[in-house]
Amino acid sequence: MRKLALPDEVLLSVEKPERYIGNEVNMVRKNPADVDIRFVMCFPDVYEIGMSHLGIQILYDMFNRRDDVYCERVYSPWKDLDKVMREKKIPLFAIESQDPIKEFDFLGITLQYEMCYTNVLQILDLSGIPLMAKERTEDDPIVFGGGPCSYNPEPLADFFDVFYMGEGEKQYYRIFDIYKEHKKSGGTRKEFLEKVAEVPGMYVPMFYDVSYNEDGTIKEFKKNNEHAKDKIVKQLVVDMGNPDENAEFNYYPRKPLVPFIKATQDRVVLEIQRGCIRGCRFCQAGMVYRPVRERNIEFLKKLAYDMLHSTGHEEISLSSLSSSDFSHLEEIVNYLIDEFHGKGVNISLPSLRIDAFSLDVMSKVQDIRKSSLTFAPEAGSQRMRNVINKGLTEEVILKGASEAFHGGWNRVKLYFMLGLPTETIEDMEGIAELAEKVAEVYYEIPKDQRNGKVQVTASSSFFIPKPFTPFQWTRMCTKEEFLGKAKIVNAKMKMMLNKKSIKYNWHEADVSELEGLLARGDRKVCKTVLRAYELGALYDAWGDSFDNDIWEKAIEETGIDMDFYITRERSYDEILPWDFIDIGVTKKFLMREYENAKQEKVTPNCRMNCSGCGAMTFGGGVCFEAKN
Amino acid sequence: MKLRIKFAKRGYMKFVGHLDTMRYFQKAIRRADIDIAYSEGFNPHQLMSFAAPLGVGMTSEGEYMDIVVKSATSSEAIKKSLNETMVEGMEIISVVKLPDDSKNAMSIVAAADYSIKYREGYEPDIDIKSKFDEFLSQESIIITKKTKKSEKEVDIRPSIYEAKYADGIFELKLASASGEYLKPDLVFQAFNNYCGITDGKCTELKLALLINRVEVYAKNDNGFIPLEGLGGSF
Ligand code: SF4
Repeated sequence: MRKLALPDEVLLSVEKPERYIGNEVNMVRKNPADVDIRFVMCFPDVYEIGMSHLGIQILYDMFNRRDDVYCERVYSPWKDLDKVMREKKIPLFAIESQDPIKEFDFLGITLQYEMCYTNVLQILDLSGIPLMAKERTEDDPIVFGGGPCSYNPEPLADFFDVFYMGEGEKQYYRIFDIYKEHKKSGGTRKEFLEKVAEVPGMYVPMFYDVSYNEDGTIKEFKKNNEHAKDKIVKQLVVDMGNPDENAEFNYYPRKPLVPFIKATQDRVVLEIQRGCIRGCRFCQAGMVYRPVRERNIEFLKKLAYDMLHSTGHEEISLSSLSSSDFSHLEEIVNYLIDEFHGKGVNISLPSLRIDAFSLDVMSKVQDIRKSSLTFAPEAGSQRMRNVINKGLTEEVILKGASEAFHGGWNRVKLYFMLGLPTETIEDMEGIAELAEKVAEVYYEIPKDQRNGKVQVTASSSFFIPKPFTPFQWTRMCTKEEFLGKAKIVNAKMKMMLNKKSIKYNWHEADVSELEGLLARGDRKVCKTVLRAYELGALYDAWGDSFDNDIWEKAIEETGIDMDFYITRERSYDEILPWDFIDIGVTKKFLMREYENAKQEKVTPNCRMNCSGCGAMTFGGGVCFEAKN
Repeated sequence: MKLRIKFAKRGYMKFVGHLDTMRYFQKAIRRADIDIAYSEGFNPHQLMSFAAPLGVGMTSEGEYMDIVVKSATSSEAIKKSLNETMVEGMEIISVVKLPDDSKNAMSIVAAADYSIKYREGYEPDIDIKSKFDEFLSQESIIITKKTKKSEKEVDIRPSIYEAKYADGIFELKLASASGEYLKPDLVFQAFNNYCGITDGKCTELKLALLINRVEVYAKNDNGFIPLEGLGGSF
């Protein structure tokens, strides 16, 4: 057996020691002495969350297919262990070999949400790696960042050696080859980073300088190293629909890891497509993963079979931003039901549009009385939905609800956003009115055919403008404004006829404001993140750990003007901190979309009509579907 | 067809709790293509039950679970296919077929054997052998059991069926029925009391004791028999 990094005394004194022992089903075992490159992949949150992430499972499998690489994992130690590790000076270790992170060649950190940024610093700190990239030496691993938040890497620019823009399948092998060469020839860390900077999609922050205007906006973003590129182009797997499982870049694990502890995703995850055709104007994923690329149906069927068999999971879930848009949805769903449902496998179908097909499928695979229906109208009025380009109409929602109620469902969840650009009181009150209408649809059913009372839960989160969306220039509300809006909705709810059947809840406003700062921040925000960490901020994504006072203090001490980042409407000619990244979708398209939003003009989805967003330059996906 | 599976849980698998061990086996059975029977209903679950939960921190050479299968080739085949999918530290020791009318393992557990030693550096500073013999020679051993509501005095001596200490290892056979269940660390709490030890590392029982469950027994007219003895290979 491997020797564990933590002694029994420690493991028996912390919550859920299974988080730290590894040995999971399908864990990859290699002798570190037999490989050239040791990579440790990190999800900077607690194990159960991190283990649920598909991207890491894909890269873990891909990296470990190479005999010269051993890819391991690390997650944030929970608060109890964090304390013990600091007290006893135990260095952070990788789960597989239990060796200190500091001994690795690479540390790759995925950035899935802004509120994990202090956990990134915790990982570096507990590993004994200098927090500032500039202070690292030849003894430290090269620290890579990736994932959706790296589309604005600037608030973390000081802490990373490299940000990888785009899909990991594309360039990591090349980076490994460069590293092996480099190690052989004995070059310095800086020389290696220069070589990496030449690989498409790689951003080495220390090779760029930023200067600012007096008003705080960016004056110039300029490279200071000739190996660096002016524009960093997002990397993307173009030929995702290849049926050949050995085709280049067509990586997908046949044997995903199965944790002992119940992970958030305790199931096989089948990614049916990447990207989204819809173009909702608030959604970053919908823009940065363009164009939509579907996987091959036969490839998926085989994958489903292999993964269910190798994991023993009793559930399989389809993963994509909008499953209903997948061309072979019926075929894959029917296949899963026919093949596996009788064998005790549950089938879960998140992000499905509610219609006759999905209701039929759901009635086959779930217990109607125990499940609830989810709609995400995102806004309460049709006007507002046109502004955000959410093509879901009231008619469609009410029709879906009615069909569902006739089918026996009696619980509905509605998701909304508050604080969207151009929002009026009528738009806010529309949330209550829509919830009411849904409840009324239920009570139109004759009493003897109803399944008890209806329960409508409306939830609203606060809108946070994100980089690379048409709303990247827009002003965001303050927390006071947010709470005021929630009050308006709440008051209106109280006036509804069926108020007893409707529940309304809203998101914390403190966290939203911070998320807004980190989402659109520039390099000046690095010191705020660092200060907050020094003051004790950690696990900010966890409601009970988040301490707003700490952040307020950090913001004040580092001289950050929240209005500048939050409530300021940017002008089109301002240099935005993330402008040096090229996601394919052009700035011109985003501007046009922002103008369309202001005029309440809907833009058709990619399958109805191409709007010329720019993503066609990648040469694949939905952009070429009709033309083939 | 009812099968009884005996398995070992070794090394760091002791950190995997009872519920997670059950989940682990549910998935292992699917990976091994065992033709297990499922309950009826919308969310069918495997017909599987465990004999006795094992606390976090304890290892075992004698864990049991019962499963119902629709078909099975042989004891050896099932054992082999399960062992091929076990993680390090988990091993299937035997698979036996039970008579159709047999009761499930949990309801018939009567006693368990434990092999226990002190973790290095946690031993009490006494002559363990002679003290332990004295301790056992008492007619009754009274300890206070604390429950949420009350404290009550119980005599645990009758629940210690066998006990001996040699070469640094305690071997105990303790009552393990649902009505009469003696946790092994309670014996050591009583032993500490008897020796007048109130502080020091050996009182941190969770850490001080390395406990390995060796076997679990049912009881019939002939005395205690290992749970696997109630069925036979096929
Ligand atoms: S180029 Fe056209 S089809 Fe392709 S992603 Fe953009 S809008 Fe959609």
